[in-house]
Amino acid sequence: MNASRMFSSRLFWPVVMLLVLFIINLVAFPGFFSLEVKNGHLFGSLVDIARNGAPTLIIAVGMTLVIATRGIDLSVGAVCAIAGAVACSIILGSPEPGSIGTVAVAVIVALLIALVLGLWNGFLVAVLGIQPIIATLILMTAGRGAAMLITEGQILTVNSPPFKVIGSGFVLGIPVSVVIAVVIFTAAALLTRRTALGLLIESVGINPEASRQAGVRSRGLLITVYTFSAFSAAIAGLILTSNQTAADANNTGLFIELDAILAVVIGGTSLAGGRYSLLGTLVGALVIQTLVTTVYTVGIPPIATMVFKAAVVTAVCLLQSPTTNAAFGRWRRSLGRGRPGTRTAERASVS
Amino acid sequence: MNGQVPVVEMTNISISFPGVKALDEVSFRMFPGEVHSLLGENGAGKSTLIKALTGVYQIDSGPTDSGEILLAGSRVSFAGPAQAQNAGISTVYQEVNLLGNLSVAENIMLGREPRRFGGIDWRATRRRALELLGGLHLDIDPGSLLGSHSLAVQQLVAIARAIDVHAKVLILDEPTSSLDADEVAELFRVIRELKAEGVAILFVSHFLDQVYEISDRLTVLRNGKLVGEYRTDEILRLDLVQKMIGKELAILDALERRIVEPGGGEGDEVPLLAARALGRKGSIAPVDLRVYTGEVVGLAGLLGSGRTELARILSGIDRPDSGELVIDGTPHRFRTPRSALARGVAYSSENRRAEGIVEDLTVRDNIVLALQADRGWFHPISRKRRDELAVSYIQALNIRPANPDAIVRNLSGGNQQKVLLARWLAVAPRLLILDEPTRGIDVGAKAEIQKLVVNLAENGMSVLFISAELEEVLRLSSRIAIMRDRRLVADIVNDDLTVDSLLAIIADGELTAVAR
Repeated sequence: MNASRMFSSRLFWPVVMLLVLFIINLVAFPGFFSLEVKNGHLFGSLVDIARNGAPTLIIAVGMTLVIATRGIDLSVGAVCAIAGAVACSIILGSPEPGSIGTVAVAVIVALLIALVLGLWNGFLVAVLGIQPIIATLILMTAGRGAAMLITEGQILTVNSPPFKVIGSGFVLGIPVSVVIAVVIFTAAALLTRRTALGLLIESVGINPEASRQAGVRSRGLLITVYTFSAFSAAIAGLILTSNQTAADANNTGLFIELDAILAVVIGGTSLAGGRYSLLGTLVGALVIQTLVTTVYTVGIPPIATMVFKAAVVTAVCLLQSPTTNAAFGRWRRSLGRGRPGTRTAERASVS
Repeated sequence: MNGQVPVVEMTNISISFPGVKALDEVSFRMFPGEVHSLLGENGAGKSTLIKALTGVYQIDSGPTDSGEILLAGSRVSFAGPAQAQNAGISTVYQEVNLLGNLSVAENIMLGREPRRFGGIDWRATRRRALELLGGLHLDIDPGSLLGSHSLAVQQLVAIARAIDVHAKVLILDEPTSSLDADEVAELFRVIRELKAEGVAILFVSHFLDQVYEISDRLTVLRNGKLVGEYRTDEILRLDLVQKMIGKELAILDALERRIVEPGGGEGDEVPLLAARALGRKGSIAPVDLRVYTGEVVGLAGLLGSGRTELARILSGIDRPDSGELVIDGTPHRFRTPRSALARGVAYSSENRRAEGIVEDLTVRDNIVLALQADRGWFHPISRKRRDELAVSYIQALNIRPANPDAIVRNLSGGNQQKVLLARWLAVAPRLLILDEPTRGIDVGAKAEIQKLVVNLAENGMSVLFISAELEEVLRLSSRIAIMRDRRLVADIVNDDLTVDSLLAIIADGELTAVAR
């Protein structure tokens, strides 16, 4: 990849931002990159970032596909809460909360309910034609209420070792949540890029009417992506709940939809739909989580955390904006005057 | 024009894009009060020249660009289209660039609404819009939504907007491609009035009749180079076309009278597609139409006569509410374009950008889209097969640039049309409905597409060919169906039809009007 292509890549600025955050952390805390094995488990700051960022990443993967279809899914946080509430109430209601069978039933039922919720979102958007932001706002609001009903307004604390594994266990020394995130990410990437799903999703996102006339079944596609989004939200909800060993209808997954949308946008996928990048979303989710870690390592007071986060996000968005990119392009051209072939694609339209 | 100062003088303009020299030392000038046509094939550099003049491209920004622009004798360098507009250069682009969700008046006055007490004076806005529309003899409510009007009306609204800027130079890029004969006459009346007021008008059109009718002089470009500047009354049409395409008109001549005989003996052969009293309320009156295997049926009629509406019903985009559609003798109901495609009926929309291409995807993805949609997402076409398809259609249809990875947005209109055609050809339909496939594209590409239609029919594909250009319909079709006022008024074998006899039917709506 030559310098010009590297600069124009959508991933360039998010990756730079991630590296800058890493360096800041390294300066503030020299042991930032060190990994150690304790009791056969991997520990270290990077592992913490991966583990804590897993729920956001998982949701952001589903969100990427939804956004690629010109949609948005605001209900993911509520779905997190519902999944956690369902799983915990089943475990608590069972005579053997510690058995693997109980936990398996709880997880499966939670995921099935999420599938139904996703179908509902997809139905509203694809069949009834309601605008996605409104359609998913319904479940965003009603979903928390439903979770409250399931938990009967209580915080359901569960003491079930198998359930705890999902959020805080280890497989071969690696946190289970990280493994789940890797599996979801890889599955989504393979499913969309190895099949024609990605092409059709992008096509519907860019031009729905042309896609319809070309015979694309956009209705089915939309229902699929919203269902997948709810499914990944439920998995994230189970991880969060398991990590806290409690289902809190009010706070589980609160505002996680915003982090997920942010991760997608930082990753370079346009909210206008169309071309998407799962790799970008991965980097975006890591940037967001590293940011949270940085706040602690650098010792920024908790009350300033949100402001700091906003500043970094603003910086990333500025760097990605077309205007800034054009300015950078002019600057690079002035450096490399006389060297042809450095125009942006936008100007490359030939009459 | 001797001794007069040109209002626009562009000298030795060169502009390059990665891998392409779009303009190579091109000079161009216009005098006040003249209509000047800019001619050339797709990719000749017309749009690039216009964009250089209107400030969309800055000639001094790239290392390999050069040239200078004089406006009324003084050197100018526009940083953007707004500056060019303020200097008196107004443009109406080929594709209507207005906002369908705003009112007509808002579109006309957008950005320069009359102010009053710091807010917009809506009454004055509406009044001014009404005046401008009146100047164009366009009788529409300025308060109505722009999107509710036909493309033709939207085009005239765009012109009304451009006229209001008190332009010294008015650039009309393919202004007539979506207008019917009456509307063109109306537009030309407006152009002549503006010309009399001293406005220089740059007219770009692929309709040579119109070029000859309206322009005083013309400039021909080919492959980014200047071929020459001529007085319209001093250059023969044949010479002009040769200068534009740079070769003899052999392809066009070879096409003459190669029409396939009308499909089989009527009665004993089952038509591929038959519409029986097929209609839709508020769209078209019930239509009876038959298309046989391997024939090209022309569908003629004025703009708004119901041609596109019929095509949309035949291809499952709109649902009929009366009559039936019979494929191979069996009635079918197309609920979606997908179900029509499954029966081998493909429709290529006249609205290339809104309903045809998927502009952010590559040429390859656009070509395989319909085929892939048919197979479903779970059965992807292999990378190798996609490349083969893309490369073979790029070659067969001469798509430029010949790069499967090129983003379709960056292609010229003619090449986008070819990509769209390739998409439909890739699904090997039995009936291909082509709605204005040659609109707004150059002579060379037009001839290639016409030749393709004939070849397809020879290989057994049926084509329903919709075009506003009667010569084209006559040249290609074995049978011509004519629509008028949203009903099918004639269905005639094309043996000794002429443009005049077709016009008579279109005008009178009577089969008896045909002079046999």
